[in-house]
Amino acid sequence: MQMLRASALACLLLALGACGKVWNDPYPAAQARANVLYSAFSERPKHLDPARAYSSNEAEIIGQIYEPPLQYRFLQRPYALEPLTAEGMPRVRYYDKAGHELPAAAPVAQIATSVYDITLKRGIYYQPHPAFALDARGHPRYLHLDAAALAGRSSLADFRHSGSRELTAADYVYEVKRLADPAVASPIYSLMAHYIVGLRTLGARLEQARKNNPHGYIDLGQYALPGAQVTGRYSYRITLKGKYPQFLYWLAMPFFAPVPRVVDEFYHQPGMAARNLSLDTQPVGTGAFMLTENDPNRRMVLARNPNFHAEFYPRHGMPGDAARGLLQDAGKRLPLLDGAVYSLEKESIPYWSKFLQGYYDVSGLSSDSFDQAIRFGAAGQAELAPAMRARGMQLVTAVAPSIWYLGFNMLDPVVGGLGARHRALRQAISIALDDEQFIDIFLNGRGVPGQGPLPPGIYGYDPSAYDPWVYERRSGRIERRSLAYARQLLARAGYPDGRNAATGQPLVLYFDTMASGPDARARLEWYRKQFAKLGIQLVVRATDYNRFQDKMRHGNDQIFEWGWNADYPDPENFFFLLYGPNGKVRDGGENAANYDNPEFDRLFEQMRYMDDGVARLALIDRMNAIVQRDAPWVFAYYPKAFTLIQPWVYNIKPNFMANDTLKYRRIDPAMRARLRDAWNRPVLWPLGALAAGLALAVLPAWRAWRRKERQAAR
Amino acid sequence: MMRYLVKRLLYAVPILLGVNLLTFALFFVVNTPDDMARLQLGAKRVTPEAIARWKTEHGYDEPLFYNARAAGLGKVVDTLFARKSVAMFMFDFGRSDDGRDIGREIRTRMWPSLAIAVPVFAIGLATNISFALLMIFFRGTYLDWAGLALCIVLMSISGLFYIIAGQFFIAKLWHLLPISGYSGGIHALRFILLPVLVSIVAGLGSGARWYRTIFQEEIGKDYVRTARAKGLSEVRVLFGHVLRNGLIPILTGAVAVLPLLFLGSLLTESFFGIPGLGSYTVDAIQAQDFAIVRAMVFLGSLLYIVGLMLTDVSYALADPRVRLG
Repeated sequence: MQMLRASALACLLLALGACGKVWNDPYPAAQARANVLYSAFSERPKHLDPARAYSSNEAEIIGQIYEPPLQYRFLQRPYALEPLTAEGMPRVRYYDKAGHELPAAAPVAQIATSVYDITLKRGIYYQPHPAFALDARGHPRYLHLDAAALAGRSSLADFRHSGSRELTAADYVYEVKRLADPAVASPIYSLMAHYIVGLRTLGARLEQARKNNPHGYIDLGQYALPGAQVTGRYSYRITLKGKYPQFLYWLAMPFFAPVPRVVDEFYHQPGMAARNLSLDTQPVGTGAFMLTENDPNRRMVLARNPNFHAEFYPRHGMPGDAARGLLQDAGKRLPLLDGAVYSLEKESIPYWSKFLQGYYDVSGLSSDSFDQAIRFGAAGQAELAPAMRARGMQLVTAVAPSIWYLGFNMLDPVVGGLGARHRALRQAISIALDDEQFIDIFLNGRGVPGQGPLPPGIYGYDPSAYDPWVYERRSGRIERRSLAYARQLLARAGYPDGRNAATGQPLVLYFDTMASGPDARARLEWYRKQFAKLGIQLVVRATDYNRFQDKMRHGNDQIFEWGWNADYPDPENFFFLLYGPNGKVRDGGENAANYDNPEFDRLFEQMRYMDDGVARLALIDRMNAIVQRDAPWVFAYYPKAFTLIQPWVYNIKPNFMANDTLKYRRIDPAMRARLRDAWNRPVLWPLGALAAGLALAVLPAWRAWRRKERQAAR
Repeated sequence: MMRYLVKRLLYAVPILLGVNLLTFALFFVVNTPDDMARLQLGAKRVTPEAIARWKTEHGYDEPLFYNARAAGLGKVVDTLFARKSVAMFMFDFGRSDDGRDIGREIRTRMWPSLAIAVPVFAIGLATNISFALLMIFFRGTYLDWAGLALCIVLMSISGLFYIIAGQFFIAKLWHLLPISGYSGGIHALRFILLPVLVSIVAGLGSGARWYRTIFQEEIGKDYVRTARAKGLSEVRVLFGHVLRNGLIPILTGAVAVLPLLFLGSLLTESFFGIPGLGSYTVDAIQAQDFAIVRAMVFLGSLLYIVGLMLTDVSYALADPRVRLG
C-alpha cells in the first residue's frame, strides 16, 4: 500500500514538475520557448483532402499545406491574386466553335472555349513523405505493401524512410481528375463539370469503374480529360466551356492544388484506410507547413516543411500597413514560424480562459467574453478594455465579405411577387426591421447594416452608397426611413395598420428558422416586436436543420434567415444568389428567395463575363438598384470580425480570402514565455486554506469519535 | 453459473437485434440519407447530383429493409439494414462519414474516457461510502445533520456548475491545474486531476446520501447489536459488518455501470477537452453521423447487458444465499 502511495505521489510530482515554473501550462515545458503558434479549433475538420475540403476550419489547416497555382496577395486590398507555384498569372485565350482564337474582348456568345495555360516554377519540392521514398533501384519503396509489410505500422512515422520529389504539372492535372471521382465526392464537381471540358464524361466513366472498385485505387492517369492536359513537365492547360472569368479565383483554392499520383496510390493500398491513413487525414503538399500530427480528437500539429521553396514576405502593403508594423518583416524568407499547434477546444469558456493565461496566441470574441474585452469609446468606436490594454493585447477588426439576410420566398402569394403592392410590403418590413438595433443588442456592435447584396471587400461594393428604399439622407446623414413611411407603404400594399384592407383580417406572416434555445428566443422575440411595429403578427416556425432545408427546397417557407460567405471577391459570387435560373425550388440552386427578375437576370448574364472596369461597375450599380427596389432580401448586416492578439504576435491583417496566411505570422517566443510565467504563478494559499478547513472540520469529528470509542456500554 | 451466463448471452442476441432495428428505424425516420448527405456536404453548392453521389459512395443508395428488385433471399439480405447489421455483429463498425475507421476510433478514445471514469468511479465510490459511514457513525448528532445538509446542497447544484466553478477557481484564478486539454502517458495526470476532482465532488451528495440510507437500514438490525454486544469497536462494526451486508444494493448500482465507464461522460469530456467516447458520441449526434451513432448505441447496449450479467454474478459472490441458475 505504501509502495502504491509513493508511486502515485511520484507520478503527481513528475507530472507537475513537467510544467516548469507554472502548474497550469497545458503544453510540455520543453516547448515553452518554441517558435510555435498556439491556436484552437472547436469542431474537428472533417476533410483534409483538397478535392473535398470546403469549410473554413478545413481550409485553415490545408491552406498551409497545399499550394494551388495562385494565391491572394497578403496585404493588398481590394483582394488581388498573384502567382504562387505558377511562374506568372495564367495566360487566358478564347476560341470560337471553329477553333479560331478570339480577342479578349470578344462577345461572350462567340466564345466556345476558354483556355488557361499555366506554367509552374521549377525546383518546388514536396514535404518529406514515405510515398516518395525510393528503394535502391529507384522504385517506390512503400507501394504494393501486403498485410505483413503493414503490420506494426499505424502511422506515417512508422515508415522509416521518406523522400520527396519535384512538383510537376501532372500533379495538378491529376487533382482536376480527382474532382470527378465519385469516391472523392468533391463538393465542386457539379459546378466544375459545367465548365471543364470532359469532366462530366470522366465522372460518368469513373462512376462505372467504381461499381467494381468502390474504395480501391484507380489510376486516374489512364483516363483522358480533354479539359485538363499536361503540356510539359512544368506546364498544363485547362479548357473551359464558354467564358468563366471567375475561374481564376478557383485556381487559388485547394481544390486545384497538386496531388501526386504516387501519393494517391500509396494511400489506396489495402489496410491504409483501416489505419486512418488517407489523403483525407494525412495531406501531402508543397506548402510552408506539413501536418505532423493529426489527432482531431485532441490536436493537430503543423511543422515547417523543410523543403519549402523560396518565398518572401511582401515588401509593399497598403497605406497604414507600415505604421501598424506589418512591413517589419518585408523581404524575409517565409515561413516565419517553426510550426503551429491547434488544440481541440469545444467550449468557449475554457478557450477564453486559456487565451487570457497566454496559452492561445489569437482569439476571436464570443458574446460571453465580449464585455470583458471590449469597451465602446465616446464616438461609439470599439476599443480594448483597460485590463486587456494593460496586458499589451491588440484588437484588430475587419468587416467580413459575408452577408446575413432575411429572405422573402418570392413564390409566396403574400410576400412574394414583383408587383408594386408586394414590393411595398417587403420594403415596409425592411424599414421596420431595425438592423442597427439588432447589431447593438445581439452582436455587440459587431456588424455593419447591409445596404445591398454586396458586402465590403467585394468588387463593386460602394461604401458611400445606401439603400434608398430603406434609408434616406437627413441633414447630411444617412438614416433609416421613418416608421410612419413604412406604415404608408404597408397601406399601399393593401394592409393598412397590418390588416387586410379587403377582409379586415390581421396580416399574419410566418418566419422559418433553425434557431432554438434561450439565446435564439430573445432574438426571435425581437423579430416579433419589429413586425408588430407595423401591426403585423409574426409566427415563428423554429425547426431543425433537416426540416428547414426541406421547407426551403419545396418552397414551404415565407420568410427565412440565411447567410453567405464569399468564395471569392467577385460580385458574381453574391449576385448569383439572386439569379432566376438558380432558384432553390425550381432548379435546386442557391437562390433561396427564388427571386426571378428578367431584367436583373439579363444584367447578371452580362456582368458575370465582364472584366473589371467602369462598364462593369455601372452594371453592378444597376443590379444593386433593382434588388434594393424589389427587396427580395432584408439586407440585415455584414458581420464584423473582432480579433484579439497577444502582444507577442505580429503580422496579423485579416484576409478573408486567403487560406495560407500562417506563413506570414511571427511571434516573439521569449516574450511569450516571460509573460506566461508572470500571468500564471500558482496561488497556493487556497491549498493551505483547504487543509486548514478540513482540519477544522475533522478535529471535532475526531474528538467525538474518540469520546464515543471510550464510552462505556450502557 | 456458466449455464446461466450462456443463457443470458443468448438472450442478448435478440435484444441487440431489436436495439439495432429500433436505432435504424428511428434514425431514418427523422434523418433520411438525403439529410445526412446535405449535412455532410456542407451548406454551399449542394446539388441533387452531389447528394446522389454521396449516397452511393456511403452505401445509402440501397433499400433500407426490403429490396424489391432482388430475388429470393436477396430481398432481405441485399439491404442496408442486413449489410450493416451483419458487419456490426462481427464488430466491424465500418467507417464514419468523414472516412475514419470507427473501430479504431473507439479503441483510441476509450482510454481517455477510462482515464477519467475509472478514478471517478473508484475514488468516488470509496469517498461516498466513507462519507456515508461517517454520517452513520455520528448518526443523530449535529455532524450527521450537517453532513446530510451538505449532501442535499451538493445534490441540488447542477453538474455544469461544478465544472465551471472548478475551472474558474482551480485553473483560472489559482493557476493550479490546466483548464482543459489532454496528453498521453504520465502527462495525462495533470489534465485528469481537475475533471476527476470535479466529478467526485459533483457525485458526492447523491452517492453519500443513497449509501447512508442503505447503512441506516442495516445499522438497526440484530447482527449489529450482536456485534456490539461482543465488544467490537464501532469502526469494526461499520466496516466489517454493516458495509459487507450493505454491499448488495451498492453492487446493484455500481457493477451495472462498470462496463459503461468505457463510454465516458458527455459533459465532462466536452468541457475539459478530453478526447473520449462521450464527446465522440455527442459530436456524432450533432453531425448526424449515423454510422458512429449506430456503433455507439450497439456498444452501449452490449455493455449494459454485460453490466447486468456482472451484477448478477456479483450478487452470488457477495451473498452466498443467492444461486444463479
